Amino acid sequence: MTMKEKIVDILTELRPEFDFSEDVDFIEEGMLDSFDVVSLVDELEAQFNIKISGVDVIPENFSTIDNIIHLLKKNGAE
Amino acid sequence: MDLKFRNKRISGILTVLPKRIVPFEEEMGDYNFPEKKSLRLKKVMGYNTHRIAAEGQCSSDFCIHGLQYLFDRSLLDKDSIDALLFVSQSPDYYLPPTSNLIQGHFGLKHDMICLDINQGCAGFEIGLIQAFMLLEQESINRVVLLNADVLSPKVSKHDRNSRPLMGDAASITIVDSCDNGEDILCSVNMDGTGAKAIMIPAGGFRIPSTPETAIEQEDVAGNSRSLNNLVMQGDDVFNFAQREVPPMILHLLERANLSANDIDWYMFHQPNKFMLNKLADAIGIPYEKMPSNIVENFGNASGVTVPTCITYNLGEKLTEHTYKMCMAGFGVGLTWSSILINVGKLNFNRIIDF
Repeated sequence: MTMKEKIVDILTELRPEFDFSEDVDFIEEGMLDSFDVVSLVDELEAQFNIKISGVDVIPENFSTIDNIIHLLKKNGAE
Repeated sequence: MDLKFRNKRISGILTVLPKRIVPFEEEMGDYNFPEKKSLRLKKVMGYNTHRIAAEGQCSSDFCIHGLQYLFDRSLLDKDSIDALLFVSQSPDYYLPPTSNLIQGHFGLKHDMICLDINQGCAGFEIGLIQAFMLLEQESINRVVLLNADVLSPKVSKHDRNSRPLMGDAASITIVDSCDNGEDILCSVNMDGTGAKAIMIPAGGFRIPSTPETAIEQEDVAGNSRSLNNLVMQGDDVFNFAQREVPPMILHLLERANLSANDIDWYMFHQPNKFMLNKLADAIGIPYEKMPSNIVENFGNASGVTVPTCITYNLGEKLTEHTYKMCMAGFGVGLTWSSILINVGKLNFNRIIDF
C-alpha cells in the first residue's frame, strides 16, 4: 500500500462521510475540523511510527494529501 | 520577562476538589457528534472523569473549606497570614474582592493585604510571583495563595471543545520567607493581542448578560454555546502554546545552567494530554517527568492544575523529599509563565474533597 493510499484510508476511517481522494482543501471544505486533526496526528504517528512536532500541527499541513505526505516525510516517514 | 527571587519557599499545598465525579461517557450524549468520534478524542485528549462543583458552590466556598481544614488541624496559624491572594476568573461578585470576603469570614487580622488577581491557566505561576514580590517586604513573612475556579456553570453542556476538559477546584499554597539562600528563577510573558482566544463574551460591563446573550448557537464544528458561555479558539491556543512555551522553558534552563534532564519534575498546566505530550517532545522531557494525569482524573481547573499535579502525583513524598521543579502555565490572557524552584519538606501536601 502506498503512503497516499494509507493516508486516504486513515482519513476515511476518521470521516467516512467524505471522499478524500478528491482534490480539494479538506479544511476549507469542512471535511476536517481541529479535533479531527488531533485524531489524525495520533493515527499518523501510530501508523508511520513517527512523531509530528507540535508546531507542525496547523491546519495547512493537513489540508491536502500532498501536504500530509510532505509533513510525514519531513518527520521521517518512509 | 526574566525575574529572580531568593529566600522564599513553598511550605504547604492543599488541593480542594468537588466531590462530584462526572465521567466523560455520561456527558457524551449532550454533544452533537457520533459516539465513535467522541471516544477517539477521549483517548487522544485524555478525557475521562472530571470534578464538577455542586449547584451554588462558588470558588470562595472551596477556599474557605480548605482554610478551615488547615486551621482545625493547626497546619496554618490564622495570625501568621500577612497577605491573602485570590487568583481566579470566578469571583463571588464584581465587588467587593473575594479575598476580602474570605478575610472577613475568618476574622483575620487587619494588618494585612488582600488581593484578587484575574488570571487562569498561568494563575499559579502569576500568584507565586506576586507572593514572592510581596515577601520582599520586611513586614510580610507569609503569603497564602488561593487559586480557585468554578467555571463549569459558564461552559455549555453542548460544547465538546471545552466541556469535557473543564474542572472545578481550589488550592491553597503557603509561601514563606526563609533564609535558604536558594535562587528562584521565573519567567512571565503576556500578549494581549490574543486576549480573546479564551473568553466569556457576555456578562461583564461591555456586553451585559441578557435573555438574548443566553441563546445558544451552533458553530461550524457542531458545538452549541451562548455568549454567556466560555469560548475557546482551540487551534490558536494550541499553536500559541507550542510556539511560546518550549523556548521559554529552554531559556529558563539556560539561565540556571541546567539541562532538561537535571529537573526532577515538570509540573505543567494541563489543558489536555495531547498538548502536554507535544510540549514534552519539543523540550526533550521524558513523559515520566511530566505528569499528564490531571485532566483525565479531575479536569482542567485553570490555575489549580499545577498545584493539583503536585499534590496528586507527589503527595506525602513531598513532606520528606525535595525536588527541583519546573512549573509552567499558559493560556488565557494570553499569558505564559514558568518557575524553576526547589520544592520539598512541606508541612503538608494533600488533596481533600468538599
